[in-house]
Amino acid sequence: MDFTLSKKHEMARTLFKEFAETEVKPLAQETDETEHFPAETVKKMQKYGFMGIPIEKEYGGQGCDPLTYVMCVEELSKVCATTGVVVSAHTSLCADPIQTFGTPEQKEKYLVPLAKGEKLGAFGLTEPGAGTDAQGVQTKAVLDEEAGEWVLNGSKCFITNGEVADVYIIIAYTDIVEDRRGRKVKKFSAFIVEKGTPGFSFGTKEKKMGIRGSSTYELIFEDCRIPKDNLLGQRGKGFPIAMHTLDGGRIGIAAQALGIAEGALERTIEYTKERKQFGRSISAQQNTQFQLADMATKVEAAKMLVYKAAEKKAQYQADHKTSYSVEAAMAKLYAAEVAMEVTTKAVQLHGGYGYIREYDVERMMRDAKITEIYEGTSEVQRMVISGSLLK
Amino acid sequence: MKIVVCIKQVPDTKGGVKFNPDGTLDRGAMLTIMNPDDKAGLEAALRIKDEYGAEVTVLTMGLPKAEDVLREAMAMGADNGILVTDRVLGGADTWATSTTIAGALRNIDYDLIITGRQAIDGDTAQVGPQISEHLGIPVISYAQDIKIEGDSVIVNRQFEDRHHVLKAKMPCLVTALSELNVPRYMTPGGIFDAFDKDITVWGRKDLKDVDDSDLGLAGSPTKIAKASDKVRKGAGEKVTLDADEAVSYIMDKLVEKHVI
Repeated sequence: MDFTLSKKHEMARTLFKEFAETEVKPLAQETDETEHFPAETVKKMQKYGFMGIPIEKEYGGQGCDPLTYVMCVEELSKVCATTGVVVSAHTSLCADPIQTFGTPEQKEKYLVPLAKGEKLGAFGLTEPGAGTDAQGVQTKAVLDEEAGEWVLNGSKCFITNGEVADVYIIIAYTDIVEDRRGRKVKKFSAFIVEKGTPGFSFGTKEKKMGIRGSSTYELIFEDCRIPKDNLLGQRGKGFPIAMHTLDGGRIGIAAQALGIAEGALERTIEYTKERKQFGRSISAQQNTQFQLADMATKVEAAKMLVYKAAEKKAQYQADHKTSYSVEAAMAKLYAAEVAMEVTTKAVQLHGGYGYIREYDVERMMRDAKITEIYEGTSEVQRMVISGSLLK
Repeated sequence: MKIVVCIKQVPDTKGGVKFNPDGTLDRGAMLTIMNPDDKAGLEAALRIKDEYGAEVTVLTMGLPKAEDVLREAMAMGADNGILVTDRVLGGADTWATSTTIAGALRNIDYDLIITGRQAIDGDTAQVGPQISEHLGIPVISYAQDIKIEGDSVIVNRQFEDRHHVLKAKMPCLVTALSELNVPRYMTPGGIFDAFDKDITVWGRKDLKDVDDSDLGLAGSPTKIAKASDKVRKGAGEKVTLDADEAVSYIMDKLVEKHVI
């Protein structure tokens, strides 16, 4: 067991850090304030290959491992969690399932432009009546054999990269079957839907507490016809595809949470050294020292879990067998809770200034909260973890 | 077209500076970066590669850990890396360095050699032009723009108050200013590729047409009398006076110190 990053990974971290500090950090506050999607940054990230880090080279990606991708999301999120989630949702929730389950034609048509960053990706599972309980999904896809098309009806909500994406992975039910006890159960399938398809439109733009620059929209499908060939994976296998996709997505969100926590800790260390009370810097107070020690220890523990999950996913990519579901759940659960705790303490250590928008930790605390909710709440992560313990 | 870019690993000014007992820099103990002028030179070469097609080789002389700066250059898009490293080359001044690099360059084909104007550690701006002298090729220093036209380069050479546009037939050497461009970032895939490639490592025996007496500390005419980190200035003298008194006070001081 080696806890040292290879030189290659160290260099990748230097790259992401430099990019984040130079290109992303100066815009973070404005992105939050104006709720504008950071399109210019995405263009720059496209130029440098950040939109296809773990995608194979033959499909236009960078051919790097999941750890490199995780470090990218982490470093971006240290300075701007909005930018971090743009990359995470695009890569983990859209490009990755096409790489894993797509046909050669689907990969050529959709994965290549996604990996090159020419197109942006999104993923839709959640609906107004279906979050954690996927059986509540109402979006339905019916095959029109004659026309050779699937007809989608329904809506999705809280979709990250919602309006700015070009390619969407949409989960809809295609069949209703009876289980062994005679209960009716929906069978889901996954579809690739392009922006601009007639019958596909956008609903409300959500106004959020944090990650305010992220484009979060409702997607509406009204007799939306897509080619028969845009079924991703097998018919009826949409649920396992969605779960597999979310396992990967959770590592991305865990990396985002880790980055937020690290960013808040960095700011707090700087601030407590500068801020003077009772004639000395508040970092000279034992309370501050002990708080910082606890924060740093938890951040480090979160980092180990996140990197371990990324390495497990790398094993899966090599053997297509290794499960990384539990590691991903643990990483996301812990990193998200650490992000919330560390940012809350960061605000506290900043005192009144921490409550003011001019200071980054105020934004970071709002951004941290979503990591405990999206791509599976902390409670869902506990269900996944305990499920593996008690099976 | 073949371009060689000479780059140097220099101390990161954000980190501390450390010296050896003989006054030379303890490079092994310091945080390092690619010298900014050299990075601009590399970017210029990569732009020529993008526009006209070229094979870009990066070459550095230094400790074995200078390999890192070559990998960085390759992660930005350079095709090959050559590391010139040998104990006998240590402590070299500009003369011994340019002799060494010219000795290495004699082994390879090139149309254009680009170096940085100067390194942020020594600030001499001598190595680039000296290499061209050793190799007997034209040099244009202080380039703020480089264009290729047939078998020639057209370079905009910067001066403090004007600029010259110069044309030289290749092979030639150009020294680049960091103002030349904004260097690109590496790419993640470029980093992975750079670590999959081999770096050519050359020692003393690989240098062509050079004498031992011109190499390393022993072959360096420059002798360092004393070297030190930034010396802390004293607190100075503070006086509170009204404007007229202050003017005459300052004037007296300037006269006293022979400034005026």
